[in-house]
Amino acid sequence: MSQQAEATAPTATDGSYDGLRLSQLTKQFVGFTAVQDLDLDVPRGSFFALLGPSGCGKTTTLRMVAGLEDPTSGTITLAGQDITKTKPYRRPVNTVFQNYALFPHLDIYENVAFGLRRRKSGEVEKQVDEMLALVELEPQRRKKPAQLSGGQQQRVALARALINKPEVLLLDEPLGALDLKLRRSMQIEIKRIQTEVGLTFVHVTHDQEEAMTMADTVAVMNKGIIEQLGAPTELYENPRSTFVANFLGQSNLIEGTITNRAADLATVDMHGIAVSIPMDRTHTDGDAGWVGIRPEKVLIGEEGAELDAPGNTIPGGVISDVSFVGVSTLYLVRMPWGQELAVFAQNTGRTRIFRVGEKVELSWRPEYAFLLDQAQDAHAGAQESDA
Amino acid sequence: MAEMTRRRGKVGYLLMIPAAVWLALFFVIPFYSLVATSLYDQAGSDFRGWEMTYAFGNYVDALQDYWQPLVRAIVYAAVATLICLVLGYVLAYAIAFKSGRWKTLLLVLVIAPFFTSFLLRTLSWQLILADDGWIVSIFQFLQILGDDGRLLATPFAVITGLAYNFLPFMVLPLFASIDKIDPRLIEASTDLYANPVAGFFKVTWPLSLPGVVSGTLLTFIPAAGDYINAQLLGSTNTRVIGGVIDGQFTDANNSAIAAALSMVLMIIIVAMVFFYVRRAGTEELL
Repeated sequence: MSQQAEATAPTATDGSYDGLRLSQLTKQFVGFTAVQDLDLDVPRGSFFALLGPSGCGKTTTLRMVAGLEDPTSGTITLAGQDITKTKPYRRPVNTVFQNYALFPHLDIYENVAFGLRRRKSGEVEKQVDEMLALVELEPQRRKKPAQLSGGQQQRVALARALINKPEVLLLDEPLGALDLKLRRSMQIEIKRIQTEVGLTFVHVTHDQEEAMTMADTVAVMNKGIIEQLGAPTELYENPRSTFVANFLGQSNLIEGTITNRAADLATVDMHGIAVSIPMDRTHTDGDAGWVGIRPEKVLIGEEGAELDAPGNTIPGGVISDVSFVGVSTLYLVRMPWGQELAVFAQNTGRTRIFRVGEKVELSWRPEYAFLLDQAQDAHAGAQESDA
Repeated sequence: MAEMTRRRGKVGYLLMIPAAVWLALFFVIPFYSLVATSLYDQAGSDFRGWEMTYAFGNYVDALQDYWQPLVRAIVYAAVATLICLVLGYVLAYAIAFKSGRWKTLLLVLVIAPFFTSFLLRTLSWQLILADDGWIVSIFQFLQILGDDGRLLATPFAVITGLAYNFLPFMVLPLFASIDKIDPRLIEASTDLYANPVAGFFKVTWPLSLPGVVSGTLLTFIPAAGDYINAQLLGSTNTRVIGGVIDGQFTDANNSAIAAALSMVLMIIIVAMVFFYVRRAGTEELL
């Protein structure tokens, strides 16, 4: 019966896709475009993160999925149904709000039961009891939200949304108000719950570490568009744009000119030093590019020493700053062409700790380097990741 | 430590003195005088003097003779309060949530009528509701009123006047309450399957209850004691208790009955307010 209705519905063209699909989604406010022609597929059952700096359009995207904001153009389909024009209170979507937005006049039990009561669902008591058990808040059931700690309020917000078993659960910076330690434990907690209930989670955050530890797919958003989408390791190890390279972790970006493109390896002239980069890590068609390397992939050694990294060796560095962290040491190394490169060295004890002014040699394996389009700003996304 | 606590306690009592003196002068003493007057012998007068006879019979006389204006005053005030609540809620809601940058201007406009005198405003309603006025003409044309029907000198006119005059007392506390409601809570209710009607009754209304309670009290209490509206817009058939008290104090020179009526009105209002606040359960919301 319901299958037939779905098949004959005029909006069932995307019926083949059972997840959340955004097509050409655009949202314009007076004077600026928050989201621009966004295409996004969120597979059913996945933990999906939308990551980006504040003002990148991620929250607007989330609000459009929830129905709290009307798209200027484009469509949203969920499990094959077009929900672009559906009223928010008819969508099988629930949100965990940034400030939790718990109802202050209702106790915890009634807050969690709110969605069930509106839909005249049966067995409210049993379901609420189960949900309160899941988030370990049974003793607080008759308390008002104001009597709870931040972490407990966060769990109430999660329970209040989860109990409705939505097709998609939206999390809008849900951990932003918590302190670091609590945030870490809630990250693990939310991930555990997602695995347990198996629902689709879409998580909006500006915290790259949070996105990478929790999500199985991360979409990096910047200025209303998606810069890159993929598994956390893929995004980190092989960024396609300077924004992703800087926003997720830290990258050294060095100017270079492509001298040769072979089938699987590109050769780049980097201030007179030839380095090679695998073709599948080369993300520019032009002749000039940014050679990118993560600080922890750079090896540091005595001048003239044989370093355990065949391929790209760059001599002539001078240590200009040393920060000893404990497990590792962060060096800034001034190169002959004037640029300072960041190097993380694990304190394994195999090499000594260098001092400011010492001459060193840097080296990295070609398969860790990547090449980006030089038209892009080398500092894009660098400051925002601290925000 | 104990020394400091005691000192702080002393300072607290010292700080209470100005307000306590004020209350004693302008509440306790006049109140005692009112109670005493209500028990004087009715045979007295300002010229012959008053005699304290503990005449509790004054209360019986007062209720027997004037229970109708008393009931009328309470009914008029209650209806006017209800009208104010409906009109005021819509207005306060619109100002709080929909007015954007016009918010301050609209709030000023709400209290703008206070810039002219209460009497003058009430007198203008005589013109608006006059027998040859346009409202009566329209009502007659629509057959709501008969050809010789009138609005002035009816309970309708009195209640309209009360609602008009006391509307700002309703709007301001309602606005203060509604304006404090986080719009994100309403979004959250929408997200949790509450349609606009359910969202209003489950979230907005309960959160605005403190404003509803203070607004209705600020409207009902003065409206129940008011007699200007009944005098200027009503007739002898719309006489309210305030008017009777005024008449007894001045024209009839029967201060004892006037004082007894004032006491009765006060006791009724206090009892109603007490019951109402308990019922509304607002102490839990505060």
